Amino acid sequence: MDRRETIKSMLIGGIAGGLMITGCQPGKEDETTSTETTSGHYGRTDKEKEHDAKVMSETFFSEHELATIAVLCDLILPATSTAGSATEAGVPEFIAFIVNDMTSNQLPLRGGLMWLDHRALSLHNSSFAECPSSKQKQMLDEIAYPEEADPGVEQGVKFFTRMRNLVLTGYYTTRMGIDDLGYKGNTPHVWDGVPESVLAKHGLKYDAAWLAKCVDQDKRTVIAEWDAEGNLIT
Amino acid sequence: MEIKKSSKVYDVIIVGSGAGGGMATKVLSEAGLNVAVVEAGPFFDPAAPEQQTQMKWPWESPRRGAGTTRPFGDFDSAYGGWEIEGQPYTRVPGTRFEWFRSQMLGGRTNHWGRISLRFGPTDFKHKSHDGLGDDWPISYDDVKPYYDRVDKLIGVFGSKENLPNEPDGFFLPAPKPRLHELYFIEGAKKVGVPVIPGRLSMLTKKINEDRGVCFYCGQCSRACSIHADFSSGTCLIFPAQKAGGQIDLFVNSMVREVITNDEGKATGVSYINKEDRQEYQLNGKIVVLAASACSSARILLNSKSRQHPGGLGNSSGMIGKYLHDSTGASRAAFMPKLMDREIYNEDGVGGMHIYTPWWLDNKKLDFPRGYHLEMWGGMGMPSYGFGFNPNDLNEYLGGRIGGYGDQLRKDVKKFYGSVVGISGRGECIARENNYCEIDPNVVDEFGIPVLRFNYTWTDHERYQARHMHNTFEEILDAMGGKILGTKPGKEDDYGLALPGQIIHEVGTTRMGNDPKTSVTNSFEQLHDADNVFVVDGGPFVSQADKNPTWTILALAWRTSDYIVEQIKKRNI
Repeated sequence: MDRRETIKSMLIGGIAGGLMITGCQPGKEDETTSTETTSGHYGRTDKEKEHDAKVMSETFFSEHELATIAVLCDLILPATSTAGSATEAGVPEFIAFIVNDMTSNQLPLRGGLMWLDHRALSLHNSSFAECPSSKQKQMLDEIAYPEEADPGVEQGVKFFTRMRNLVLTGYYTTRMGIDDLGYKGNTPHVWDGVPESVLAKHGLKYDAAWLAKCVDQDKRTVIAEWDAEGNLIT
Repeated sequence: MEIKKSSKVYDVIIVGSGAGGGMATKVLSEAGLNVAVVEAGPFFDPAAPEQQTQMKWPWESPRRGAGTTRPFGDFDSAYGGWEIEGQPYTRVPGTRFEWFRSQMLGGRTNHWGRISLRFGPTDFKHKSHDGLGDDWPISYDDVKPYYDRVDKLIGVFGSKENLPNEPDGFFLPAPKPRLHELYFIEGAKKVGVPVIPGRLSMLTKKINEDRGVCFYCGQCSRACSIHADFSSGTCLIFPAQKAGGQIDLFVNSMVREVITNDEGKATGVSYINKEDRQEYQLNGKIVVLAASACSSARILLNSKSRQHPGGLGNSSGMIGKYLHDSTGASRAAFMPKLMDREIYNEDGVGGMHIYTPWWLDNKKLDFPRGYHLEMWGGMGMPSYGFGFNPNDLNEYLGGRIGGYGDQLRKDVKKFYGSVVGISGRGECIARENNYCEIDPNVVDEFGIPVLRFNYTWTDHERYQARHMHNTFEEILDAMGGKILGTKPGKEDDYGLALPGQIIHEVGTTRMGNDPKTSVTNSFEQLHDADNVFVVDGGPFVSQADKNPTWTILALAWRTSDYIVEQIKKRNI
C-alpha cells in the first residue's frame, strides 16, 4: 500500500466513523484508484472537465477561415532548419479551441479574416489564402508593423497583432516551441547558483557572507537540527 | 425533508482546513481528542495523479494554462477564485472589496506564495508607537515560542539577521540568488535599500522522514507532490491522520451556522452537504472556526439565537469590523543587460530567493507603517500569454516593432528573461468602518445569507503606494533597467491594488481584553461563548507588513494548547 493509498483509506476510515458523507460519490473511488498514470490528466475538477469537454465540442470557424488561419500561422512562424512551423506545432487547432474558451476573440478574428479577404479581393481579385505567397507577404507588410502602417489599414493592424499574439503563444507553449526557445526547467534538479561563466559574463559575483547563509547542497538530505539559539548544526 | 442529525458527539468540530484549521486538527487530535473537520471543498492531495498540476507542461492544458477557469491559471492549485458560481457576495455601492476563496482540503495554503514571516515586537504594539489602530492584547514574547515550534515543524528557509522588527527563527538554509536577484541586490545597495535572503516555507533541507526536499521546479503555486512546501493538508492534516488521530473529514460540506443551547454555548454546527444538498448537524463540545477571516465572520453573524440575537459572539457589534488587507503595488522594467541570455535551469523555489523587509523611519514620511519588497523575473516556463507583443521592447533599442517570420523567433529569444519586477506589500491601518456584514437581501445557492463588503482606502494607503512606486523606480533604475509603463497618479490611487486583491484579509473577529470592543480574548476564544474559538486571520488586531500565514499558524497552535489545558481543568 503506497502513501496515497494509505491516506485514501484513512479518509474512508474516518468517514466510516462518522456520518456517511463524503465528497466522493459511490463508484468514483474505483475510477480514481484505477488510474495509474498521469497521461491525459492535468488536475481538473469534475466541473472543469465538463467545461473543457463542452468547449472542445464546439466549432466556431468555417473551413475557409481555418485554411486562412493556417496560412497566416506559417507566414508568422515558418519552419526553420531546426524547428517546425506553427501549423506543424498544431497552432491552428489551438486557435480553434481558444476562441471558444475566450469568446471575446471570435468577432475580431472572424471580422479580421473577412477584412483580409476583402483586401485581397480588392487588390488581387482572390481570397487571401489563394493569393501567391509573394502577394500575401505584400499585404502583411502593410499591417504587420503598427508604427509604420498607413492609417487606412488600422483595422487590419489590430487583427494581425491579435493573430500574431495567438500564434506565438500557441507555438511557444508546445514541445516544439519550448525546444526552439531552449527553456531548460520543469524538471527536478538541484539549484546551486548562477553558473560561473554567466556570473563572469555579467561581471557579478556572490558575496561570501551571503553565501554562508545558503544551502550546502551536499547536506540537503541530512535532517535539520538547530542549537537553542536557532543556529543550524547539521 | 428533515435536518439529519447524528448521535455522535465530537470533542471538537473544526470548520475549515487551511492554515489555522490544519494546525488545530494536528494539535487537538494529537492530544487525543476526537475531532471532526468540516471543509467546504473536496479532498485534495497534490500527490494524487488526478489532482496534480505540478510538472505539467503548458500543452497539457488546451488553453495552455490561461486563467479562463482558474484566476491564476489552469495549473494553479486553488479551487475557487474571486467569484464562485452559486456563492455570490455584494458590496456597498461606491466601495470595493475583492474576495478570494479557495474551497478544498488545505484551502488557500495549497497555492499561496509561502512567504513565511514572523510579526515583530513593534507589529503587536503599533498603537504605542504611532497612536494609530490598536495594540494587540499579546506581545511578541507570547507568540515567540509558537513561532519557534512552527519553524521546526513545518520548515522555513531564511537567515539570522538581528533586525529589530524582523525576528529570526529556526531557519533552513536559503537558496542562492538567481541572476536577476543579484542585479536587484546590486541596484538596491546603490540606493540604500537593504536586501536579505528570502524567508519562505519550502524545504531546502530535509526536515523529517515524511516530506521530500525541494527539487527546484518553481511551482509551489501548484502544490508540491512530494510535500516539500507547506500546505495544510500535506504538512498538518495527513501527518495527524497517519499518527492515528481520531479525525473525521467531512468534505464538500458547507457550514451554515454554529448551533447554541439555552445557555448560549455551542453544541455543534449545521452544514449543507454539497453533493445531496441536504442539511446535516454535527454535535461537538467545542467549535473551532477556521473558515477564513470573512467566512468565519459570516458563520458567526448567521448564527443568530435568542441568546445571541446579533449573531454568535457579536454582543460588541464588532464581528466583521476592522477588516483589512495588505496594500499592494507593482512595477516592471526591461533589463538590456539581461538580453540574449545563456539559458540554463533557474526555476529555483516557487518564490523569491531574496527579500527586502521594511527599512525606513516613518517620522520622515507622509504615511504610517511600512511595506516590504518582493522581486521577480527569470527564464520561466512559457504559458498562455508568452510571446504576446514579442518585440515591443525594441522601442528601447531603436529596433522595428511587429513583423512576421524568422525575425520573431530571434526577438523572442533575445528578450526571454529580460523583464524583472518588484511588488510592494504593506500595512493598512485597521478601521472600524471597513467591514463585512450580512446582506439582508441575498442568499447563496444553499440559502445561506451572503456577505456584503464595505471597504475604502485612505490617503495613508494611497501615499504608501506612491512611495512604493518611487522606490521601485529608484531600484529598477539603479539596476540598469528601463522602467515599463508610466507612474500611476492620484486618479489611479497611485497604483494601489484594490482592497482584497493581496489576499491577506484579516481582523473581522479581532482579539482584545475588552469585550465591548473585541470579539475574542487573547486566546482567540469568543468573549460571549467560551467553547467557541476562531483560529484563522479573524482575530488579528493589525496585519503588519507581513504575510499573515505564519502568525495564523503560531496563534492556532497557542489556542489549541489553551483548549487542551482548559479541557483538563474542566473549564470548558
